[in-house]
Amino acid sequence: MRALNLKLLRNLWKLRGQVLAIAVVIASGVAVLVMSLSALQALQDTAAAYYERQRFADVFTNVKRAPHRLIERISAIPGVRSVEARIKQVATLSIDGFVEPVIGELVSIPEQGEPRLNRLVLRSGRRVALGHPDEVVLSEPFAEAHGLQPGDRLKALMNGNQRTLTVVGIALSPEFIYTIGPGALMPDNLRYGVMWMGREALAAAYDLDGAFNDLSLGLLHGVEPEPVIERLDRLLERYGSRGAIPRKDQISNWFLMNEIEQLKTMSTILPIIFLSVAAFLSNMVLSRLIATDRSEIGLMKAFGYSNLQVGWHYTKLAMAMAGVGILLGWALGAWLGRVNTELYAEFFRFPLLIFRPDAGVFAVGAIVSLIAALAGSLGAVRHAATLPPAEAMMPPAPPLFRRTGLSRGRTAHWLDQPTRIILRQIFRSPLRALFTSIGIALSVAVMIMALQWIDSIEEIVQVYFHDAQRQDMMVGLVETQSDTVLQAFRRLPGVLAAEPMRFVSADLRAGNRSHRGSIEGIRPNSELQRVYDAGGGVVDVPPDGLLLAIKLADKLGVEVGDIVRVEVLEHRRPVREIPVVALFETYMGMPAYLNINAFNRMMGQGGSLEAVSLLVDESRLPALYQRLKSAPKVSSVMLKDAAVREFNDTMGETLMIYVSFFAAFACALGFGVVYNSTRIALSERGRELATLRVLGFYRGEISYILLGEAALLILFGLPLGCFVGHGLGWLMTSAMDSELYRIPLVIKAATDATAVLVTLGATAFSAAVVRRRLDRLDLIAVLKTRE
Amino acid sequence: MSESPPTAQRDITLEGRALTKIYHTGAVEVKALRGVDLQLFEAELVVLLGPSGSGKSTLLNILGGLDTPTDGRVRFRDMEITAGDESTLTRYRRDHVGFVFQFYNLIPSLTARENVALVTEIAQDPMDPAEALSLVGLAERIDHFPAQLSGGEQQRVAIARAIAKRPDVLLCDEPTGALDSHTGILVLEAIERVNLELGTTTAVITHNTVIGNMADRVLHFGDGQVIDSEHNASRQPARELSW
Repeated sequence: MRALNLKLLRNLWKLRGQVLAIAVVIASGVAVLVMSLSALQALQDTAAAYYERQRFADVFTNVKRAPHRLIERISAIPGVRSVEARIKQVATLSIDGFVEPVIGELVSIPEQGEPRLNRLVLRSGRRVALGHPDEVVLSEPFAEAHGLQPGDRLKALMNGNQRTLTVVGIALSPEFIYTIGPGALMPDNLRYGVMWMGREALAAAYDLDGAFNDLSLGLLHGVEPEPVIERLDRLLERYGSRGAIPRKDQISNWFLMNEIEQLKTMSTILPIIFLSVAAFLSNMVLSRLIATDRSEIGLMKAFGYSNLQVGWHYTKLAMAMAGVGILLGWALGAWLGRVNTELYAEFFRFPLLIFRPDAGVFAVGAIVSLIAALAGSLGAVRHAATLPPAEAMMPPAPPLFRRTGLSRGRTAHWLDQPTRIILRQIFRSPLRALFTSIGIALSVAVMIMALQWIDSIEEIVQVYFHDAQRQDMMVGLVETQSDTVLQAFRRLPGVLAAEPMRFVSADLRAGNRSHRGSIEGIRPNSELQRVYDAGGGVVDVPPDGLLLAIKLADKLGVEVGDIVRVEVLEHRRPVREIPVVALFETYMGMPAYLNINAFNRMMGQGGSLEAVSLLVDESRLPALYQRLKSAPKVSSVMLKDAAVREFNDTMGETLMIYVSFFAAFACALGFGVVYNSTRIALSERGRELATLRVLGFYRGEISYILLGEAALLILFGLPLGCFVGHGLGWLMTSAMDSELYRIPLVIKAATDATAVLVTLGATAFSAAVVRRRLDRLDLIAVLKTRE
Repeated sequence: MSESPPTAQRDITLEGRALTKIYHTGAVEVKALRGVDLQLFEAELVVLLGPSGSGKSTLLNILGGLDTPTDGRVRFRDMEITAGDESTLTRYRRDHVGFVFQFYNLIPSLTARENVALVTEIAQDPMDPAEALSLVGLAERIDHFPAQLSGGEQQRVAIARAIAKRPDVLLCDEPTGALDSHTGILVLEAIERVNLELGTTTAVITHNTVIGNMADRVLHFGDGQVIDSEHNASRQPARELSW
């Protein structure tokens, strides 16, 4: 091996602490990039493969009842490849050992052969058999939540009849990756589940012989769904269609795509932050490191090494440091990517997992980090290479310091000399000091950005579940009922108050923009369900006019005073032009409200309702549950407490992983920055500190000079970090803004404090490591040699 | 070394007994000191002469509490220094010893005055930094930073810094080693003045034999031992030296 390469290796070994500190930071950047991109890719590939393999449909719609003979005409719509006509119904279930009512969504499958679309992945047991109308296949998450297995039985209230069903199989479906009950935000596998039942059996139970009420279409490759939907809607209008939706709006897929979209946002923003921090840090460290190697550079050149060789030597040093980081980052990123993907796969229950990280992802991470490290060392290497050897071998001229106003003014009297040393050192290279502070600040900022999610989620829960919704329970009805049923609900055990809820599916149009959603009828002065502006509290409901979520108004491009064309997709399908009377901020969904009286007028109906809000006496819940289980026409029961619990559990799980991950990175950053800058300062100023020891300064006193400077820079970096952290939080929450939800930027003081403390801990640790070196300072060796 | 004090009534400031120092560098054992006995008396100026590697710096470092002997004892007045720990040694340097080195070791970020103040702030009975600087003839350059001073001036700041706390012992290791003869003499004058006016016990290491003429006593060093000792009947003023 050539002597220079040996020197390189030994240098790296001698500097191992610093090499490691830089490598850790670079590794963090590379790891985040590799992890996010590989998980993203795996998730997309897996979902696509799953959809493809199970023939997930492209268009979905439902009707009240349509005859089978219609299928032929639907198949004839240009672009349609296959049609699957099904029956979908809801049933209230009773499961032994679970007091609350459970809602089951019953979906028909052929008793013989595979369905054409939305095929099941059988996990255990078998499919339903012809001639056994009480057999069902359960969706896996639902079965697991209740510990149900093939052979178990459960009771179902189907179309007013109490039936005992036998579980024969457990399955997964691409249609129900997210199983979200009506009105829920998160899957609640205890209270809502999908069951597949034979078509004949379902048709018999719901009087739908020779008819269907749910339709899925598979389209030919490359066919846009919109023209097909238009024809389909026209065809099905008289059968009570609420309008078909393309795959992208199918609820399960929509949640899944939203999740992937968020991951995409994270996988662009976060690695950029980490890689730029890593670049910045390696820049800072390498340039100072090379500057301290001055005399060796002179020596090499005196021996006859060319500028290019010297430059290349230090370039290799920089590359080796980056290389260690890149390798670490690759390994860590690939592992975390796998773990992350598995977590998602488990969460979504993908029956298959395609994790084939693209080599390009690794290459991008490596190239960006290398460029960062090289750019960082470039200036220092060039300076080193062009220094004349004689000059390089001489100690650098004592640096010129200036007296600042600080040492001339009145304050000067109480400044002791060590403090002056600290201040002058900072003022002499303010840029370098600033960089160190920025490094600390980024560490704090990353931590705040991660922790801020917890605050934001809490705020969402508070506003959505507590401020806006005052009811304890929402009961959905199978179909629109006269509001006389309210009286029946009020008489149920434990019910303290009951209010009607109304909603219909509708297309909202303004100009050439439109949104397919629903309109909710709301009572003015409602006690239980209120229109709540996340920014300003309860919104009054005027006698007429639309109240729109700001997000929806933005989508439609309307403001207060503009007219929105409402095309109801149910009942007599009225079309009305209604002015917008108020806008309000929401975190969840994009609701549109109308005074319930105006709603009833629009629908041409007297007092009607689709759901009931209840305020209940908790002590009488079991009795209430019992009654609800046997009440016909109930399509959903949503308990707020359970919903909040589910929401927190699901969010909490993913958030903790995310937060601890970033806490680790923030620590790596804080440690890396402080360790490197103090360690370099020590090698630059070891002589000065040794002199002070000789003059009779104690170890603690010289530590004050070196670590005091670091402390001052940290002190400056911390508030700066809070500031930057709030900015990053804003950036992330804005990037996460979707139709599904808006993340409010909420950062509690405790979050700032936690971030600051974590960074302080990391920096204190690195200071302690440097302090140990300071204690072992060799006084004599330092004094005997020149700089 | 077996000489009697020149004046019996003078007190011993610093005393080394049977000092040995062995350095282990890898597998090699270097005997830097091989049993040195030495006494420095009140207000005395001693010059230690010897070639480089003869062990004189090692001796000075041990006397100044920068290093500890492998064997032997150092006493400062009634205090046993060799028995002390790290913090005792620091306290000893802080309260009693002034150092001057070949490379001035000034703090670049502090002015001449502040470099001196660095020491006076932690000393028990210091002089004013300005007074110390005028003692070495630098009253004019008091607010200059090291980078703005010549080598001789920097060395004189180092002397001012060493004597400002009114040390009991002033230890100078090759104080003129990096200077031309003219500047070197200015520096020696400063040391001489401190020795005479403040009565500070002073030891100067050099390999320049001429400097021996300004001493009360000259110790010749070789191979880790004191090989010869001579008394000067009269001290030659530093300004009359030339080399």
